[in-house]
Amino acid sequence: MRSFLYQRATDPGMAVQALSAAAAANNPLTQAAAQPLAGGTTLIDLMKLDVMRPAAIVDINPLARGWSGIETGGEKLRLGALAKMSDVAAHADIQRHYPVIANSLRLAASAQLRNMATLGGNVMQRTRCSYFRDTSYDNCNKRIPGSGCAAMDGVNRMHAVLGTSDQCIATYPGDFAQALIALDATVEITGKSGTRSMPFAQLHKAPGNTPDIETTLQPGELISAFSIPRRWPRSVYLKARDRQSYEFALSSAAIALDVQDGMIRDARVALGGVATVPWRAREAESLLKGQKFDDGLARRAADAAFADAKGRQHNSFKISLGKRLVARALQQASTMEV
Amino acid sequence: MSDKSSSRSSGFDRRAFMAGAGIALVPLTARAAVQDPTQAAAQDPALPVEVTLRVNGQDKRLRIDARTTVLDALREHMGLTGSKKGCDHGQCGACTVLIGDRRVVSCLTLALAAEGQEITTIEGLATGDRLHPMQQAFIDNDAFQCGYCTPGQIMSAVACVKEGHAGSDEDIREYMSGNICRCAAYPNIVAAVKQAAPDIMKG
Repeated sequence: MRSFLYQRATDPGMAVQALSAAAAANNPLTQAAAQPLAGGTTLIDLMKLDVMRPAAIVDINPLARGWSGIETGGEKLRLGALAKMSDVAAHADIQRHYPVIANSLRLAASAQLRNMATLGGNVMQRTRCSYFRDTSYDNCNKRIPGSGCAAMDGVNRMHAVLGTSDQCIATYPGDFAQALIALDATVEITGKSGTRSMPFAQLHKAPGNTPDIETTLQPGELISAFSIPRRWPRSVYLKARDRQSYEFALSSAAIALDVQDGMIRDARVALGGVATVPWRAREAESLLKGQKFDDGLARRAADAAFADAKGRQHNSFKISLGKRLVARALQQASTMEV
Repeated sequence: MSDKSSSRSSGFDRRAFMAGAGIALVPLTARAAVQDPTQAAAQDPALPVEVTLRVNGQDKRLRIDARTTVLDALREHMGLTGSKKGCDHGQCGACTVLIGDRRVVSCLTLALAAEGQEITTIEGLATGDRLHPMQQAFIDNDAFQCGYCTPGQIMSAVACVKEGHAGSDEDIREYMSGNICRCAAYPNIVAAVKQAAPDIMKG
């Protein structure tokens, strides 16, 4: 690991100031000279691997006093960005009114990592692409812009089939983000000029020609909270993986249904493990809305979700796996007792 | 799982070089809250920092490289070698300790970020010569072969029980999945956690 200056921020203003001051012009956020430290489960790992090389670390854990609240009063849910994954997953109101959120967190990582990792850090988690994580590979457009992509014709079994570009096929690895994007979450961002909010769906950027730029956050900006506008008691998170526990998704589905008198009034479908960014499958949602649920409808919706998927040599299985997972998650959601 | 251990050697080389070049090492409180980031940026991050860690009820003042993890602080600076370094990337759980009442992987926790918090390691579990119920349960159930993962397993298991996640075999397997055992002593580990759980819950 390269040496760095450790700074501890005791209020948001200090954190923003320290992060902006050290931010070099035109550097993508992920390569910024100063990085915020929350749980550290991605940052310290990637610093040990020499993939991330910040000159300064700004420890924002002291901000948890104001930024880790779980507010569940009424329809709306507000989650502080420094809330720990384990605390949110174990919260009785979240489990009851937003099961897709609780389960996306519970099925992620290990108990130790969920105790450390924060919600804000979790959505900023970097890809697990082995060609990105291993600096002995020269070709990674995400790590070294313009250097090529070793994954395209490499061992790409874990890589994305949706949202890819000819520059990058790295999978977005998280789980919680799928629940957020499905439920129309808003992300609150704290920066130099105070706080701003935007749809969570606008946070991550598909790789396109700039896979090194992963989010729309600016240097010096921090995620301070997430909001979900309404309850979704009929919601599930299903995750298929190589191991039964403690493994990244080969394919996952975040599903939320609003069913009245047998009719689907509203439907949400988001996909994980198969796309370069948290992925909302709006084509599938359109098919479901206004229909009566049956297994044929679930299969058609699943087909629609993967209509644009492009498999490569080793990851084409994710398309059929993903479709079956979406159909199964829809069946589970439709038969939930709520 | 990884052989990328360049961190310590590069840190050592830098210090050796600086000592050889006659540069005085000045104690530095880089951990201080950010006052003026432009000033702070002028400090040399390669210089040692002072940190006080509270481990098993005792405060220990250390002068360390800012890059030092809690795991390396325990093992290399405090002589507490019970916590093990397996992967050093948060994947195996061998380094599990409690910070406060939470189990964490100490290999991904910076020592500086753990300052002011109560750290409990495997060395802090027993009461005098009396083993903690979980330690005894691991012995009673033969819940290990080589033993390398065992300190992490035991620390994780104590927290697993206190979290209320030891109610069934299925729960124990799920909530202990962050601790890998290459000898695959898993069935006996589950049995040990089940045996110790009632004692721990009684307090």
